[in-house]
Amino acid sequence: MSNTIVKMDNVSFHYSNRQALSNVNFRIERGDFVGLVGPNGGGKTTLIKLLLGLEKATSGHIYLFNQPIHKFKQKNKIGYVSQKANTFNSGFPATVEEVVAMGLTAKLGYFRYLNKALKKRIRTAIEQVGMSGYLHENIGDLSGGQQQRIFIARALVSQPELLILDEPTVGVDAENVEKFFDLLHELNTQQNITLLLVTHDIGTMTHHASKVACLNRTLHFHGNPNSFQSLTKEQLSDFYGHPLNLVTHEH
Amino acid sequence: MIENFFEYEFLRNTFYTGIIIGIIAPLLGAFIVVRRLSLIADALSHVTLAGIAFGLLLEKKTGALVLTPFYSGLSFSVIGSLFIEKLRRVYTAYQELAIPIILSGGVGLSVIFISIANGFNTDLYNYLFGSVSAVSRQDFISILVIAIIVCLVILLFYKELFLLSFDEEHATVTGIHAKRIHFIFILLTALVIAASIRIVGVLLVSALMTLPVAASIRIAKGFKQTIFYAIIFSEIAVVLGIISGYYLEIPPGGTIVLLLILNLVLIISIKKLIHQFTNRKHRRQDEVI
Repeated sequence: MSNTIVKMDNVSFHYSNRQALSNVNFRIERGDFVGLVGPNGGGKTTLIKLLLGLEKATSGHIYLFNQPIHKFKQKNKIGYVSQKANTFNSGFPATVEEVVAMGLTAKLGYFRYLNKALKKRIRTAIEQVGMSGYLHENIGDLSGGQQQRIFIARALVSQPELLILDEPTVGVDAENVEKFFDLLHELNTQQNITLLLVTHDIGTMTHHASKVACLNRTLHFHGNPNSFQSLTKEQLSDFYGHPLNLVTHEH
Repeated sequence: MIENFFEYEFLRNTFYTGIIIGIIAPLLGAFIVVRRLSLIADALSHVTLAGIAFGLLLEKKTGALVLTPFYSGLSFSVIGSLFIEKLRRVYTAYQELAIPIILSGGVGLSVIFISIANGFNTDLYNYLFGSVSAVSRQDFISILVIAIIVCLVILLFYKELFLLSFDEEHATVTGIHAKRIHFIFILLTALVIAASIRIVGVLLVSALMTLPVAASIRIAKGFKQTIFYAIIFSEIAVVLGIISGYYLEIPPGGTIVLLLILNLVLIISIKKLIHQFTNRKHRRQDEVI
């Protein structure tokens, strides 16, 4: 049994009027922390949609956990925290506990309900993201960073092996972004959850991710972040198609 | 004062029907409000009016009860809900367009049916604003059956409906059949509207679904609590509305809605007062420190 969790072979995708991805070959191994960067419109979100089964590849093959994607049914193995998680209806009357419980909906299936063990698992997931004190608070009353943690807990509660995060730090202030990455690091190293993180923030990401992938219609770079950092500014600007101010974070 | 309600059968039917719709209207209303579909209830109630007018017309022309207005209203409401879904799929970028289309269609049909019949007598007035004397035993049993169906379906699909209301994209990602669940939901809405019209009337039925929720959302923690408070508020308004409607000889719909608005205003003001009070307390504590 190989440890490749995601495998994309020569995957292309066309929207009706333009090509979003062209011949992408991409792999994620168990235990990886992959940072996916690239310009807007470069196909990052499309790639995630393909992995989540929201879109079908125009050509090429995708394998999840060694199964062709159309045969892959264990959706609870993949957790997803969307970009939209911070644009949800903030007036929605749902407690933290209720929001995290939603993460179990698919796992339970129709006509089945939470039992004691699952309720405990909900509390554990909330504990994992350090939000135990907020169990009965309305989600809309929390700060952006806290809400983001709750959405991670919602993804964690179904005990995924791969966690996909799409721009999770948009709208979260700098201090909390650091804390957020610490949390991801902990999930990756201590709980052995494989991570795929889509982000604009190249600087912070290269400090935490174990692999970096750059996507602009095709995959331009796929490897460890140190060699990514050694890419020259010109090479990066080339890849982005415009001059780039690379923000690096010094620790 | 309330004893008449247990003495006369028609009043008893009204009273029990009121208790039932006091539960199911805000129960479904909670989902409608958080999904920002409040106006769909309005559109469907006007389609129901067309159905009722059609039923009354049949009754007048044929002289026989082929299809009672209750059932013709119910059928129109269900058909209207299917149309709304269809339209929302045609205009994906302008989903609210379905509402004026269906609403005006409902009013248009009603006007045509009413004029063909050369107008109706007080019957129509009862359907518009609700009535304490309009509930027959047969209607009561139909409404009871509808209520049981609505409660059962919500109980069975609660977690799917909840997830779909909160975050449609996430629901789809996790493998929930959003379209099917939404379809069930809109069908339930049509049923609840048809059931509630006897008491509150076409023009005010959406108020009974949304106003209690609007009030409870201000104070509740979480969704289940929102539903719980909304049902309490609506029961108080419905019971008081029916009793006062009977003794003061006014349609209960108006009283019920005004009571719900009064409740809403009270809750908003009390919450504001508490907020000011705690703020002042915090400020005083800060000064001491």
